[in-house]
Amino acid sequence: MKLLKFILKRVVVSVIMIFCLVTISFFLVKLIPGSPFTSEKMQAGNKAAIYAYYGLDKPVYEQYFTYMKNLLHGDLGTSYKIRGVTVNEIIRTAFPYSLDLGMRAVAFALTMGLLLGIVAAYQRGKAMDTFTMIVAIIGTSVPSFIMGFFVQYLFAVKLKWFPPAEYTSFAHTVLPTFALGLGMLATIAKYTRTSMLEVISSDYVKTADAKGLSKFRIIVGHQLRNALMPIITLLGPMIASVITGTFVVENVFAIPGLGRHYVTSVQGLDYTLITGLTIFFAAFLVLMNLLVDIVYALIDPRIGLVE
Amino acid sequence: MELMDLNGSAVADPNAFAFVGEQPDQADRLGGPGQTYLQDAMRRFRENKAAVAGVIILCFFVVMSFLGPVLSGYQYNTSNLLAANQGVSAQHWFGTDDLGRDIWARVWKGGQMSILIGVVAALLQGVIGVLIGSIAGFVGGRVDNIIMRIVEFLMAFPYLVWVMLLMMVTGSGVFPMILALTLTGWLSMARLVRGQILSLKHEDYVVAASSMGGGSRRIILKHMIPNMMGIIIVNMTFAIPGAIFSEAFLSFIGIGISSPQTSWGLLVNMGMKQIYAYPTRLLIPCVCISLTMLSLQLIGDGLRDALDPKLRR
Repeated sequence: MKLLKFILKRVVVSVIMIFCLVTISFFLVKLIPGSPFTSEKMQAGNKAAIYAYYGLDKPVYEQYFTYMKNLLHGDLGTSYKIRGVTVNEIIRTAFPYSLDLGMRAVAFALTMGLLLGIVAAYQRGKAMDTFTMIVAIIGTSVPSFIMGFFVQYLFAVKLKWFPPAEYTSFAHTVLPTFALGLGMLATIAKYTRTSMLEVISSDYVKTADAKGLSKFRIIVGHQLRNALMPIITLLGPMIASVITGTFVVENVFAIPGLGRHYVTSVQGLDYTLITGLTIFFAAFLVLMNLLVDIVYALIDPRIGLVE
Repeated sequence: MELMDLNGSAVADPNAFAFVGEQPDQADRLGGPGQTYLQDAMRRFRENKAAVAGVIILCFFVVMSFLGPVLSGYQYNTSNLLAANQGVSAQHWFGTDDLGRDIWARVWKGGQMSILIGVVAALLQGVIGVLIGSIAGFVGGRVDNIIMRIVEFLMAFPYLVWVMLLMMVTGSGVFPMILALTLTGWLSMARLVRGQILSLKHEDYVVAASSMGGGSRRIILKHMIPNMMGIIIVNMTFAIPGAIFSEAFLSFIGIGISSPQTSWGLLVNMGMKQIYAYPTRLLIPCVCISLTMLSLQLIGDGLRDALDPKLRR
């Protein structure tokens, strides 16, 4: 019951947030100087016809209500630049690529980050610890698109181990996953190391050790379980960084995902696509954060569901 | 009696010491000169090799970004189509781009731009963040509530999406970019300062100051902000690489700095288009961005450890 109330409250807050964001991004986009239909070849009559077709000749508040009405039906409008294609269709075809890439990156970052963090905590001050710290500092200071270019040039162009672009087979996914996931991996490794070091000297670990449990069971069953908590709170911001990471990584590796469409829409002033994708990303992010919060509340009984 | 350490081995010869008699007037004299907080922090910072390396790398890039364009003897924006797409040579140390502009000059001029944007944006973000955070924390109540709701709302969505939306409205260029970065980047600082103010509010010296009739402006400026200066400085140091990254990101996707101006992000954007033919054109700005961000990251880590020894792990 308590959980249900918590979820309900969070859903209401999320809906309000998304509503605010839709409104703000709609009007911000309207404020953009210039027009997607500016072309020297266009005759005055044609421009008026196009404006009428997209409803751009009506007052802004009326456009807003139309947009909101359509949005409630799940209709995000038609792209201005990719002729005759709706934003929904673009999301349907492009989102699977981004989702696939994003999930691979998160999985890569989580497994490798946790592993490096645990090893570093156990080998404190030794070679593996130094290695982890170096990975962490490189991961946090080299932007994902630069890392993308670097691995693309080294492993695809020079060494030819992996294909340089596109996204059709497993070999294609390796480099973009690495480029997108490294930053996250660094953060996770750093946090895991610190929180493992914190629990390593705690009483329950000593007890488990005294009982004669194997090292593996102590790490997985006692230490990691507790050390994981702060890492779960990292997941929310991390998903946000994956989304912005796809904007550039998909461009570097020519992956036909949503991030690439977003950047193209921004460059080409494709108003409906910009607004539509912003709303989609926001809704996705809010939903993910909600899930993270629920998972966090479920696995850590110390956290009351009330804020 | 022999002097021993914990393992029982002798550590000093007792005969080396002589009894000098009681000196009551010397009893509470300190052995060495006293160290202020700042001296102490400086010493800790200097002992941190990584942080010192960071300072050296950063100094190199800052000095080169001002000296570099002068050294080559070429203007960053003078194009010479007869000398386009040249490789590395004695005339053009990094070669020339597709319009025949000297890449050496463009890289260092671009460094000026990137570092300038990073520093100015981080400073402005910091000032606004401290201001809003102090107000929220000190006034409290409904004001605090409203400010924190706004912060929460803005933080719920990726920072770069806000910046992109704003940049489209303000147009591309240096000042619009600094404006957009400032308007969206103060959130974490405001949150941090608010939390600090809330916890400092009940410190004895703040209570003392307010019981002696100190106004809230005086208490915030004279007592609270000096006491959280360390945290503020560390946060600002980390904000600079953040802003440099944002500049690179925005210019890379083509809505930041645009040619004939130059910045590292723009050079990456241009280099990407010629990655196969002229990989060095992409490599050079990439290395510059990465090393600068790395050095600032190391300096930030060092400052955090030096200014707040309690936080050290």
